[in-house]
Amino acid sequence: MNEKEKYQKLKTIVETYLPDDVSVDAIAAESNFTTELNINSANLVDIVLDVEDAFDIRLENEDMDGMQTVQDALTIINTKIAEKA
Amino acid sequence: MKNRVVVTGLGVCAPNGVGLSGFETAMTKGISGISFHEQLKKLIFSCQIAGKPNIEDVDLNNYFTKVQLKGLDASGLVYGVMAGKDAWRDAGLHTPDTDGDPDWDTGVIFGTGILGVDKFRDAIYKVDAGDVRRLGSTAVIQTMASGISAFLGGILAAGNLVTTNSSACTTGTEAILMGYERIRSGQAVRMLVGSCSDSGPYVWGGFDAMRILPRNYNDDPTSASRPMSASASGFVPGSGAGALVLESLESALARGATIYGEILGGNSNSGGQRSGGSMTAPNSMAVQRCIRAAMANANILPEAIDTINGHLTATTKDPAEIQNWSQALGLKGEDFPMINSFKGHFGHCLAAAGSIECVAVLLQLKNQRLYGNLNCNDIHPDILNTIAETRIPKKTMDYPIKISAKASFGFGDVNACIIFSRYTS
Repeated sequence: MNEKEKYQKLKTIVETYLPDDVSVDAIAAESNFTTELNINSANLVDIVLDVEDAFDIRLENEDMDGMQTVQDALTIINTKIAEKA
Repeated sequence: MKNRVVVTGLGVCAPNGVGLSGFETAMTKGISGISFHEQLKKLIFSCQIAGKPNIEDVDLNNYFTKVQLKGLDASGLVYGVMAGKDAWRDAGLHTPDTDGDPDWDTGVIFGTGILGVDKFRDAIYKVDAGDVRRLGSTAVIQTMASGISAFLGGILAAGNLVTTNSSACTTGTEAILMGYERIRSGQAVRMLVGSCSDSGPYVWGGFDAMRILPRNYNDDPTSASRPMSASASGFVPGSGAGALVLESLESALARGATIYGEILGGNSNSGGQRSGGSMTAPNSMAVQRCIRAAMANANILPEAIDTINGHLTATTKDPAEIQNWSQALGLKGEDFPMINSFKGHFGHCLAAAGSIECVAVLLQLKNQRLYGNLNCNDIHPDILNTIAETRIPKKTMDYPIKISAKASFGFGDVNACIIFSRYTS
């Protein structure tokens, strides 16, 4: 899976947690999940679970703490995939 | 100066009708909402029939955001939000935008017995498997009892009291009384009140285990719920939600709202599980006190009551309830008001029973129509010793109604009675 595919996969997950009044087009690599995309912080837990399923990895509580933006999430995903390899 | 309180909006998600117009049609025509459930047969229930709202064709996007719909597995919550939002729209009130201030004058009292049982079952399996980290973010909000009032409060931006009451099968009627008191005392201008109850084997199983549900109607579901009849053999478990918008008369008149009826007063009490009352049976003295106190609170005489909608669940306790009404009112025979039970139509919707039934009572008032009882062609002889058969309508009829009394009774020996009146300016 290349970076573009990973980003697309993550974007598809994030989309489902956007409030009804936030457009999918608002999602960019540098978007902050809660302050910019207006995603309820409680839903970050659900995004993590969906990411685990989609990328077949496991994220720890500490990983979640550093996950502020879409790019943060991608970095963590890459680290976890690398650890697994 | 105490506020007069009127009902300006109704919403319902009942086994025999989802949405006000479908429900009204079903009640008028005497259409049953009780059906056979294959799932209950597979699980070897004695009673394999139940009342469950049919929401298959409902577009839930009209009620929930897409994020709220993710992993939503709490049927009572779904029914409650549907009924609540429908009632709000029916009252001609708009759903506020997501930004903006709370509406400090609006509150929510929406009761339930237990919420999100299917969601909780799923959570229990995960926890037991050591997988608590995978519960997701909504296990709490879907299973906390106040999940229903919390969802509705957020949708309406309610800034007044937002809470959930719970008093078994009295819950719905109690919620209405609590909302009434809040407005009457001037603490709120409008209250969305009602109750909901989950569907499914995990809610109904405990009653099946108590052997208080009918066992011999699995192949004839619509005949099973037989309030007031000699052949009544237990209540049919149901589910759903009913909702009412209560409002100060002043507010309702100022915005030209449709008024279904006025709440003149009511009472709730408990028999203390003494003098024949128990965890599961009512203390008759307490029931009579509750009815009398409701009339006193509403400042009416027994003779003023045109119709009664009883609790009347279709168990062997129905004759005792009739006796209690008769004693409390001091009326019998032909002098007794017309009385009906809607449990023949949709069974006993447990925590949702009182609110769904009150919605029907207000439709009766508004339309000056009395819904006929179902499945009571063989009225119990003890009932006929107390009141005349003519007092128990078997068919829906046009009927002049000025005042209606409604009562609900619940496990724990708790009672609630409301006096509704037709509103005339």
